[in-house]
Amino acid sequence: MTDLTKMKIAEARDALRAGDVTSVELTEACLSAIESADALGAFAHKTPEIARERAAAADARIKAGDAPDLCGIPLGIKDLFCTKGVPSQAASAILEGFKPEYESTVSQKLQDAGTVMLGKLNMDEFAMGSSNETSTYGNAVNPWRRGNDDAALTPGGSSGGSASAVAADLCLGATGTDTGGSIRQPAAFVGITGIKPTYGRCSRWGIVAFASSLDQAGPMTKDVRDAAIMLEAMCGHDPKDSTSADLPVPNFEAMLTGDVKGKTIGIPREYRMDGMPDEIEALWAEGRKMLEDAGAVMKDISLPHTKYALPAYYVIAPAEASSNLARYDGVRYGHRAKLAQGDGITEMYEKTRAEGFGAEVQRRVMVGTYVLSAGFYDAYYNRARKVRTLIKKDFEDVFAQGVDAILTPATPSAAFELGKEMTDPVEMYLNDVFTVTVNLAGLPGIAIPAGLDKSGLPLGLQLIGRPWEEGDLLNTACALEQAAGFVAKPTKWW
Amino acid sequence: MLDHLSFESPKPKVIAGAKHDWELVIGMEVHAQVASKAKLFSGASTQFGAEPNSNVSFVDAAMPGMLPVINEFCVEQAVRTGLGLKAEINLVSAFDRKNYFYPDLPQGYQISQLYHPIVGEGEVIVDMEPGIARRVRIERIHIEQDAGKSIHDMDPAMSFVDLNRTGVALMEIVSRPDIRGPEEAAAYVVKLRQILRYLGTCDGNMQNGNLRADVNVSVCRPGQYEKYQETQDFSHLGTRCEIKNMNSMRFIQMAIDYEARRQIGILESGGQIDQETRLYDPDKNETRSMRSKEEAHDYRYFPCPDLLPLEIEQAWVDDIKASLPELPDEKKARFVKDFGLSEYDADVLTADTANAEYFEKVVDACGDGKLAANWVINELFGRLKKEDHDITDSPVSPAQLAGIIALIKADEISGKIAKDLFEIVYTEGGDPAEIVEARGMKQVTDTGAIEAAVDEIIAANPDQVEKAKQNPKLAGWFVGQVMKATGGKANPKAVNELVAKKLNG
Repeated sequence: MTDLTKMKIAEARDALRAGDVTSVELTEACLSAIESADALGAFAHKTPEIARERAAAADARIKAGDAPDLCGIPLGIKDLFCTKGVPSQAASAILEGFKPEYESTVSQKLQDAGTVMLGKLNMDEFAMGSSNETSTYGNAVNPWRRGNDDAALTPGGSSGGSASAVAADLCLGATGTDTGGSIRQPAAFVGITGIKPTYGRCSRWGIVAFASSLDQAGPMTKDVRDAAIMLEAMCGHDPKDSTSADLPVPNFEAMLTGDVKGKTIGIPREYRMDGMPDEIEALWAEGRKMLEDAGAVMKDISLPHTKYALPAYYVIAPAEASSNLARYDGVRYGHRAKLAQGDGITEMYEKTRAEGFGAEVQRRVMVGTYVLSAGFYDAYYNRARKVRTLIKKDFEDVFAQGVDAILTPATPSAAFELGKEMTDPVEMYLNDVFTVTVNLAGLPGIAIPAGLDKSGLPLGLQLIGRPWEEGDLLNTACALEQAAGFVAKPTKWW
Repeated sequence: MLDHLSFESPKPKVIAGAKHDWELVIGMEVHAQVASKAKLFSGASTQFGAEPNSNVSFVDAAMPGMLPVINEFCVEQAVRTGLGLKAEINLVSAFDRKNYFYPDLPQGYQISQLYHPIVGEGEVIVDMEPGIARRVRIERIHIEQDAGKSIHDMDPAMSFVDLNRTGVALMEIVSRPDIRGPEEAAAYVVKLRQILRYLGTCDGNMQNGNLRADVNVSVCRPGQYEKYQETQDFSHLGTRCEIKNMNSMRFIQMAIDYEARRQIGILESGGQIDQETRLYDPDKNETRSMRSKEEAHDYRYFPCPDLLPLEIEQAWVDDIKASLPELPDEKKARFVKDFGLSEYDADVLTADTANAEYFEKVVDACGDGKLAANWVINELFGRLKKEDHDITDSPVSPAQLAGIIALIKADEISGKIAKDLFEIVYTEGGDPAEIVEARGMKQVTDTGAIEAAVDEIIAANPDQVEKAKQNPKLAGWFVGQVMKATGGKANPKAVNELVAKKLNG
């Protein structure tokens, strides 16, 4: 039975169709895997009753015929998604006990497609972090370890629980969200596939907002095909989100031919960072070779404003966050601090937010408040917006030169040890160096596993695509995936 | 068609200080609730007087993950308002967040339009008296969300919040500092309210808070304002204070007057005015500073990332423009020109669309504008006011009033009888012509009968006849006696002629 959890979505779909397995069987297998994986800390809230109910319903639907592709597939849902009647806390103490009376558009679409929700996945608090260590639930753990070293490693962040759960075969796929790399970095750290679609592809309605102009949901799966299947079910126009694009959703899976002959792949020189480990450099070179061998044309390109992306991101994202998080004030829902005699509304705000928000969230709220404040707005926020425009233009220019996709490393290193980087926030922010440009430009980006480092940890490559061309991007990723032939799995220790 | 009648500017209000004269400079920010069934971004109802917290959606309550979606009708209303104020419409505008904490502001920010408002420069002609009006320039109109209501007096230890109003669409109509006195300020609000009501974009109900004004007041020495107007350089003007949230014309005037005198007092004793927001306390008739400098808000405005720039099409604006009703200035000018009304009468009749509509129906049916104006203003309005009736629930329909006027014009009844007839129609209803017929109220035009009555009066009053022969003005006494004898039904013209003839004969 344990083998069932190792299935990919496409395999499970076919097996469900063929009647070789039922959703109830798949779901039970996942639930028992989850039960024995508490050491991973991937699930913040388990929902076995809901899972069993939906699995049974899915089986009935499959039996009746005409069920959607994802019908009966057990998934994990990141805690950032509001799920009706189920705790949805964004891994924050300030949303302690919050059970929304509504379902996010993306999780509703997945539910409508017949998927089975196993539970809510751990993450960095309000999606602010790159190691899952800012979570109020405690960090999730990477199922991978360095050789025989049993030091606990980060699964990355903010979608660390999603990454850990998929890599450890606790679920067949998971939702993630990506504001600066929160899908792609953890996917790379645990050897799975994660795609952030074009900004506006997935509705943000019902997803707890971090930085509204950057946030996008996307799937985290065991391979590119699964990502294509799951992404198709997640995206589409939503009139409830004004930034959601009214564009048809293609059949992404049908576009996975693996044929990239004649495609032009850009290699941006600015992504070669000082002090970048040789292994990352080597992996990147291998990736180029693989795509070249597959018939694509490599082209050296320049994205000249890349070096300004990280500082611009760490102005824009906290600025939006400082405003988005103002609603957590203890007045209507979530945590409210106990007040002392004589305390007024100001004390209620201060105590509630001091108790409810963790250190990283508080830091970003303060940074964001500062960069928007009178006298600093032009120097920080407005300048960052201008930089953002330039970064976007960098990409437009290379796409206009005929570049179809851009190949970069996904992260500057393999997964690092938990507890090691928490002391220096700037060090932590550097994790996003290859991924934030994509969010600032609103482009689709995918991370796929491409090799192992010398200590046996997975390393990922990133492909960046043209806006709205996720299908083409997934196909390029598919070719790279086939060439890389990454099949390694973590050795179970949990 | 001319837009408005020619006018001259009023003199600015001058306040004599202890040392010298001062003039007032006033600019207004009027918050007008957009007449719309649904809120600006949430689709929840805007119905007034609903149970507390019943018109609240997840968006209004700022639940996690909720997003605003613009209400197209509210945008249309703002455009309509802009067109009504002869303003430029910005085809691209954008929303910004104004950040501050308050329990009745669930999001922790108000979505407004700081940097790119939907409406640009326009104007309002503020009538003061016939031939005198102030042209007040409009700087901009933007749309924004209203906040909810905090209630602090229901419990000694707790405050309560009602979010029904949260997210309701407001238009903030910002004037230039072109208003020069308390009366002008009140008249500006009256005129603006009139235009909004004509347009149907705001009901103008000040009691419910659907129209409220922030008043910016400064004082300057005579001559300074003219320098400002020449250069548009604010350094010629004094430092202003903003009096928040005024919702009564009377209080607006009292607050401005108090505030101007307060500022003059400070300036004349060598002090400086701090730019600040103040609240008017009508009980004490004074303004008070709302918050100290340390508490001054930094609103951290920035573009709202949940909303794309608002783009509208010129064709859509043109359609709205084509559907605009005739506005007060044009209507007034037409009434003066087409019906020969005085500007004063035209003003009264155009104060409200309902008044104007009623009047025009009467004119259409009776064909006499002046007579119709007379009867509507003097008889009908007077009578309605006595019983606190509104024109919309007038017991006398335009057709009935036109019927009465037609009877006067046809010499069927006298003016005096007409008033009696009006009273009957007002209290009992019925067709005026039928009432006149059935109750024998018709004017007597049979000269034989009138002559007999005249002869009778002359015969009975020889002394008066003698006096009248000396002094022809006394003929009126005979006319009155004849009218009395005929129960007011004799045609006054015929009586006059006969009396004159007999006395002189």
